[in-house]
Amino acid sequence: MAELTLVGAITSTLDQALARDPDVILLGEDIGINGGVFRATEGLMATHGEDRVVSTPLDESGIMGTAIGLAIAGMKPIPEIQFEGFLGPAYDQFVNHAARMRTRTRSAITVPMTVRVPVGGGIHAPELHSDSPEVIYAHSPGIKVLMPCTPYDAKGLLNAAIADPDPVIFFEPKRVYRTFKEEVPEEYYEIPIGKAKVVSEGEDLTIVTWGAPVFQCLEAIDNLPEDVSVELIDLRSIYPFDMDTVAESVCKTGRCVIVHEAPLTGGFGAEIAARVMEECFLHLEAPVQRVTGFDTIMPYYKLENEYLPEAPRILKGIVECLAY
Amino acid sequence: MPHHTVYEAKIEHLQILDEDGKLDKKLAKDTLSDDQVVYLYEQMRVCRELDEIAFKLQRSGRMGTYPQNKGQEANAVGSALAMVKGNDWLVPSYRENAALFMHGMPMHYVLQYWMGDERGSKFPEGVNITPLSVPIGTHMLHATGIAWAFKQRKEADRAAITYFGDGATSEGDFHNAMNFASVMQVPCIFYCQNNSWAISLPREQQMNSATVAQKALAYDMPTIQVDGNDIFAVYKATSDARKRAVEGGGPSFIEGVTYRLADHTTADDARRYRDQSEVDAWLEKDPLIRTRKYMESVGVWDDKKQVELETRAKRIVKEVVEAAISVSVPTSSEFFDDMYAELPEDLKVQRDTMRTSSIGRNPSQIGLTPQSAQAIEAH
Repeated sequence: MAELTLVGAITSTLDQALARDPDVILLGEDIGINGGVFRATEGLMATHGEDRVVSTPLDESGIMGTAIGLAIAGMKPIPEIQFEGFLGPAYDQFVNHAARMRTRTRSAITVPMTVRVPVGGGIHAPELHSDSPEVIYAHSPGIKVLMPCTPYDAKGLLNAAIADPDPVIFFEPKRVYRTFKEEVPEEYYEIPIGKAKVVSEGEDLTIVTWGAPVFQCLEAIDNLPEDVSVELIDLRSIYPFDMDTVAESVCKTGRCVIVHEAPLTGGFGAEIAARVMEECFLHLEAPVQRVTGFDTIMPYYKLENEYLPEAPRILKGIVECLAY
Repeated sequence: MPHHTVYEAKIEHLQILDEDGKLDKKLAKDTLSDDQVVYLYEQMRVCRELDEIAFKLQRSGRMGTYPQNKGQEANAVGSALAMVKGNDWLVPSYRENAALFMHGMPMHYVLQYWMGDERGSKFPEGVNITPLSVPIGTHMLHATGIAWAFKQRKEADRAAITYFGDGATSEGDFHNAMNFASVMQVPCIFYCQNNSWAISLPREQQMNSATVAQKALAYDMPTIQVDGNDIFAVYKATSDARKRAVEGGGPSFIEGVTYRLADHTTADDARRYRDQSEVDAWLEKDPLIRTRKYMESVGVWDDKKQVELETRAKRIVKEVVEAAISVSVPTSSEFFDDMYAELPEDLKVQRDTMRTSSIGRNPSQIGLTPQSAQAIEAH
C-alpha cells in the first residue's frame, strides 16, 4: 500500500484506468507533457501516449463537446476542466447535452464520462480560480456530482465515476490536494456513489459538509469543550446524496449545522436543510444552521479566508446551535 | 523580404446540374448514375410530401411546431448518399429529414419527435444518428468527437457528417468544433445548409464574409461552395470529402447554397421580413423541378412515373402519419426512467408517488395510507 496525497491518488487512479481500459481517453488543457497545472496527470502521457492523454486547444466547450462525441461513439472520456471558474464555457455542453442525451433518446445513446474539476478556495489563486459551483450541477438533472476530500475516497469515487454509465462531475478540492498523505490500496476498489461517510461519531450535534471544509470542521470540533460530542458527516456525493445517513444522525442528535464554501442562498445546504425539516421535524431541538460562503463574489485571495467557512466561524455556528 | 504574402486562398463554387436541368457532363463524370438520380428524386419527393402533411398536422392541431425542409432536400439526399449507412454517423440539425430516412431512421419518428415524444429519437440499433438538435450549433462538437473516436480506435473506414445552417456559423461552438476537428485531423464533414435566412436574419446580416465556405480557411480545412439544390454537386463534394476523411486527410467543409422556401417553422411568418419576389425567384431553382427536368431529358422519367410516385408518396406518408398518431400514449414514469442507467432512490420515490411534497410522499405522517390519501385526492 502506498502513502499518497489526494492529487497523487488521482494520478494513480487515472494511470490504472488508462492501463485497464483502452477506451479511456484523457483530454484537457496542458494535461499532456505538462501533467496539468496541478500535476494530476503527471507522467501519464509518457506512459500511455499523446493520443490517450491529450493536451487540447484552449477551449472548454470544445473539450466537453468532443468528450460527448467520444462517449457517444463508445469511448470513455475523462475531460479535465482546469479550474471550476472555467466551467462557464463548458456549461452548455455539459448540462444541456451530456446530461440530457440519455433521456432525449430514451437510453439509445448515452454519455458515460467523468469530468474532473479542481474546486474551491484557500490556495491564494487568482480570481475565478476559487469558486464552489457544485449546486449548479446538483440542480441539473442527468448528472452525478462528487466531491471527495481524502486520497482513499478520491480513488474509490473516481473509479466509481469512471465505471458509471452516466456523466459525472468529479470535483477535487484543490486546497487539500497536497495537505496530507494516507494509505491508498494499490488494487482496484470503488466507493459507491451516493454514500456519505461518518468521519466522527457524536451525540449532541450533526455537522454535514463536503470537500475541504471537512478539515476546518475537524479543527472546530477539536476546539469544542470535551463534553460536547459532534457527529461529522462528509457527504462525498452531492448528487445523489445520502439523506438516510444525514437523517439518521440528525434524528439522533436533534441539531444540525451545514458547512460549505459555496454561497449561502440556494446552496446545497438549503436542500439539506429542507430535507432535514421534512425527515427530522419532530426531532429537531434547534433551527438548522448554515455556515457557508457569503452571498458575494468570491473575494481575491487577500480576503478569501474571511469569506471561507474557517474553523472559528464554524465553531461559533456549532456553539450557537447547541445554545438554542 | 520584409513584407510578403504568407497565405493565399480562393473559394470555388461547384454546380453540375443547373436550374434548367442541364447537366455538365464533364463535371458529372463518376458522380451519379441515372438510377441513383431517380432514387434521390424519389427520396426528395416523398420527403416533400411528408413536409406538406406535417404542416397540415400542425395547422390542424395534431402536431406541435414543425420546421419545413421545403427547397433544401437536395442537400440532404445528395450528401446522405455519399455517406455509408450503418457505418458512418450523421449528426443533424433539423432540416435534413431525407438524409435521416436514407440512413435508417423510421419516417414516423420525425413526426413523433415534433409531436413532443422523446421516443421519436430512440433510433433502432445500428442507426447511427444523433437526435435532431434544436439548439443551434451545439451538436457539431459531438460530430467532431465521434470522428475523433474513429481515429482513436483506428476505424479507418468511418466518417461523421454534421449539418447546420448559416446562422449556426456565428455560434462559438461552430468554431470550437471546426478547430478541434482540424487540430485533431478527424474524419468529419461539416455541411452547412446556407439557406439565406436564420429565422428573420438574412445571411448578409449574419456575417460580413462573402461566403460561408471561407470560414473553413481559418482551420486550414478543404472547403467548397456548391449549388445546394444540385444533387450532383452535393453528392460530388460530399463524396470527395468522405474519401479524404477515410484516407486520413482530416475534416472538410461544404457550403450548400440553398433556400428555405417555407417559413422557419410553423410558428413563423416569413412575410414579416422577406419579399415574396425573393421566394418566387428561388421557387424556380427548386431541386425537385430541375432533377425531374434532367430525368426527363435523358428518358428515365415521364408523367406516368411522376403520377405513380406521387401516389406512392401519398400512401407512404399516410402510413407514416398513422404510425406516428397510433403510438402508445407515454406514461409519466417514462420521463423518470431514462434519467440514469439506475435511478437514485429519491427519483424512484418521485416517480412512484408523483409527489414532491414530503407528506404527500409519505402520508403515514398524517395517519393515512397511500390508498386512503389517494381516495381523498380523488374526492
